[in-house]
Amino acid sequence: MTGFAKPLKIALGLVVIAGLIVIPTNFNRYGLFILSQWAVMTIAAMGLNLTLGYAGQVSLAQGAFVGIGAYAAAIMTTHGWPLPAAIVVAIALSFAVGWVLGYPALRVQHHYLAFVTLAFSTLAFLVFRNESWLTGGIYGISNIPRPHIFGLATNKPLPFYYVCLGSLAIVSLAVWWLIRSPWGRAFMALRENPLRAQSLGIDTRRYTLMAFAIGSALGGVAGALYAPLTQYIDPVPFNLSLSLDLLMMVIVGGAGFFLGPFLGAMIAVLLPEWLRFTEGYYLMLYAVAVMLLLIWSPTGILGILDRYLAERRTKTASALRAVAKSRLETVQ
Amino acid sequence: MSAVLEVTNIKKNFGGISAVDGVSFNVREGEILGLIGPNGCGKSTLFNCILGQLTPSSGEVKLDGKVVTALRPAELNKLGVSRTFQLLQVFPKLSVRENLILAGQEHQGSMASRLVGRSDAGLTGAADQMIGFFKLDHLANEPAGGLSYGQQKLLDAAMAFMGGPRLVLLDEPAGGINPSMLSDLKERLVAINREKNATFVVIEHNMEFVMSLCSRVMVMAEGKVLAMGRPDEVRKNSAVIEAYLGH
Repeated sequence: MTGFAKPLKIALGLVVIAGLIVIPTNFNRYGLFILSQWAVMTIAAMGLNLTLGYAGQVSLAQGAFVGIGAYAAAIMTTHGWPLPAAIVVAIALSFAVGWVLGYPALRVQHHYLAFVTLAFSTLAFLVFRNESWLTGGIYGISNIPRPHIFGLATNKPLPFYYVCLGSLAIVSLAVWWLIRSPWGRAFMALRENPLRAQSLGIDTRRYTLMAFAIGSALGGVAGALYAPLTQYIDPVPFNLSLSLDLLMMVIVGGAGFFLGPFLGAMIAVLLPEWLRFTEGYYLMLYAVAVMLLLIWSPTGILGILDRYLAERRTKTASALRAVAKSRLETVQ
Repeated sequence: MSAVLEVTNIKKNFGGISAVDGVSFNVREGEILGLIGPNGCGKSTLFNCILGQLTPSSGEVKLDGKVVTALRPAELNKLGVSRTFQLLQVFPKLSVRENLILAGQEHQGSMASRLVGRSDAGLTGAADQMIGFFKLDHLANEPAGGLSYGQQKLLDAAMAFMGGPRLVLLDEPAGGINPSMLSDLKERLVAINREKNATFVVIEHNMEFVMSLCSRVMVMAEGKVLAMGRPDEVRKNSAVIEAYLGH
C-alpha cells in the first residue's frame, strides 16, 4: 500500500471509520444485522489471513473455531457469565485448540494440511451436534443474552452493532501491531522460505504453532460475538461451508494484505444481499462474480492495487536509474 | 588456536549411496577454510549435516567443544553458526533493509519482547551499517527481488552476518557474480574475518577465489577427504590433480 501519501491514507481511513459509525444510525434492523455480521466475519477472516495469508499455513478449520467461540459464549452467557469473561474463555480455548491443530503443520503442508484441518472441521461439527448435554445438539442454544457494556444495555440492534464495530477496531489494532512487529516478519519468512528462515535463527516450529493459535483465537473472538448477535445458535452455521466462506473472503480480499479480510468479508456478506433483487439468480451471479474476479486477479482485490503500485514504483525506479546513469556518464 | 568446529567421522547415506563417508576435520578460530571437490562429492551434504538441516547417519559435530549434532538449524544459529545457500535465498518481497532486520531479529531479546517491542527490533542502525559495508546503500529500500543476481548474492552474504556469528559456512558465494563484484565480496569477507575474528568455511568452485581467500583448503572426492593443507600444497597434490582432471 505504499505509494499513497500518508496523510491521504489517514484521511481516507478516518472518513471510512466515521461513515461506519454515523451512516448505520439510519439503518433498519436487518441492515444493522448484516453490517454486524460483516464486522464479526471480518474478525474471523483476519485470523485466517494471519494463519494463511501471512504465515502461509492452509487451514480449512476457521469456521470450527468460530463455532468453538460461539458455543463457549452461548453456554457461559446463558449461565449468567458476562460476555467479556466469555470472550476471554473463547480466546483461551480456541488458542489452545489452534495450537494443537498446528502440530500437523509441522509435518505436512499445502493440500495435505488442508485435509488435516478439514477433518478437524468435521470433528468439531460432530461434537457440536452430538454432545447435546453441552451444546443442546441439533436444538442448539437459544435466548443468548446481549451484554451490558458500562451499564448500557446492548439489546437493540444499533448498540450491539457498535459492540461488534468496537471489537473489530480493537482486533484490527492488535493485528496491525502484530504484523508490523518482528513476529509478522517471521511469519512472512515462514511463508516465503522456511529453510532460509531456520538458518537465520527463526524457530519455525514455534512460529507455525503461534500462527495457528493466534489465527484460531481470532476465530474464537468472532464466534463469541456471533452468538449474542444471532441470540440463537445450532451446529449448522459452523459446518465446513463456513470455513470455505472464510477462506474465500481471505482469497478474494487479498491474502497477506492487512485490508484483505475487510473487503473479502464485505463481498461475501454484502454482495449476496445487494444481488437479492435478481431473486432466484443472486447466488449464481455471486458465484460468477467471484470466479471472474479471481481469474482477473488471482491475488484478490488488493492484489490489483498492489500490482498497479508495483508497476508505478518500477517505472519511477528505472527513471531514477536512467538519470543517475546519465549523470555518471557526464562526469566521466 | 583452539578449534571452533570439530567434525568427527560424519557419514550420511541416502539409500545405498554414501554421500558423505567418514569425514573428519577441525576448523580453527579465525581461519578461512576452503572446501573444494568435484560436483556431487558431498560438500553440500556435509554442510547440511553440520548445520542440522540433515541428520547424519553417524558421527559427531562439536562447536567449541560441545556436541551439537542433533540440534536444529535455528538453535545452531542462536549459538553463532550462520550460513548461506548454494542457490539464492533472499526474501524477494521484503526490502533490502527488511531482509537484514529479519536476519538479525531473532538474536535480539526474547520472543515476548519481540512482540511488544519496536517493529525493527532496534536493528535499523545495524542493518544500514551492513548495507553500507556491502555497498548496497542506494538499494536499501528496494524489494530484494528487484536486485541483480550479484547484488542479491551480496545481500545473501550480508544476511549471514547480521546475527554476529562466530562461524559462517558459505556455500558457493562466488557463483554467478561478475569479477568486480567478486573482488568486493572477497574484500568484505577478509575484513569481517580480521575485524570480528569470524571463522569461515567456504565451498567454492572458483579456484582463484578459494586459493587467494583461504588459509587452508580441504579437498573432497566421493564423500571422503582427499587432501587437506595450505592452498599451494593442495594445488601440487597429485591425488587432487587426478580427481579433478582424471587420468
